[in-house]
Amino acid sequence: MLNVAVVRFPGSNCDLDSLRAAERAGTNANFVWHRDTSLRGVDVVILPGGFSYGDYLRSGAIARFSPIMQAVQRHAADGGPVLGICNGFQILCEAHLLPGALMRNAGLTFVSKPVDVVVERTDTVFTSAYAAASRLRLPVAHGDGRFVATDDTLRMLEAEGRVVLRYVPATEASPFQPNPNGSANHIAGISNASGTVVGIMPHPERVAEGLLGATDGLGFFTSLAAWEPRASTPNVPSR
Amino acid sequence: MSYRVHVRVMPRATLLDPQGQAVEHALTALGFGEAGGVRVGRAIELEVAAPSRADAEARVRQMCDKLLANPVTEDYLLQVEEA
Repeated sequence: MLNVAVVRFPGSNCDLDSLRAAERAGTNANFVWHRDTSLRGVDVVILPGGFSYGDYLRSGAIARFSPIMQAVQRHAADGGPVLGICNGFQILCEAHLLPGALMRNAGLTFVSKPVDVVVERTDTVFTSAYAAASRLRLPVAHGDGRFVATDDTLRMLEAEGRVVLRYVPATEASPFQPNPNGSANHIAGISNASGTVVGIMPHPERVAEGLLGATDGLGFFTSLAAWEPRASTPNVPSR
Repeated sequence: MSYRVHVRVMPRATLLDPQGQAVEHALTALGFGEAGGVRVGRAIELEVAAPSRADAEARVRQMCDKLLANPVTEDYLLQVEEA
């Protein structure tokens, strides 16, 4: 059974939801405190949503220097999967594990509602369970979700197919506002080149079981549960 | 020596600054139609112990590059004075 760590920062508030979704997908999931310095050999790391350190300075800017993040950096460098959801995505960008940054929503308001997205990349650790071009309805809940990057970075992300989730463009028939935050190229989530590190603004853990009204997000967790550590990159427990 | 350093962090000029726009709209609504180009950033003050003014500035630049500013989205300016 795969071991999943959900990192808890002061101000995390989607940690329990993420843990439960990972458990329901058939993994052994446990919390790791931000002051811990070791991931104890876990296979997959989830940085959950919330408001780590009160979003002081910039969202994710201080969490990125939490003691546990050095272990997360090593884990990612060794090819270990990391999923950042919402505040977790912001932390991954601040930690330079993903390019770009997440800025204040263009409309200035905190946006909390369902959005429609397309899964554009399905060869990541976290989206392999979805069929290509799947359309999902996922909740977003953020004030700083506007993805920005240099023109060169945006071109690179598009050329390398690293846009994982994209808000459905305005031309599509949808009851929801297509791009809730003014994100560049309607980007809702991206990955690193190898598809092991993924950051997304929507919250799949909030729609991961029938009791919550929908299961569109469950695929992120069944995907990671199906991931098999490659023999060539053994996941050596850090000190 | 102790130096007081004023750090001004501003959103990069090429990026949309919705806070600046909102403040500009509010100023216009209040009758200050002559105001334009409003941008909202962040000011940080700190005291630094360093052997010289240049050393203080160099250290604070490192702080900015690492934590105080996001190199993807923000530019910063420093002003150093003897504390």
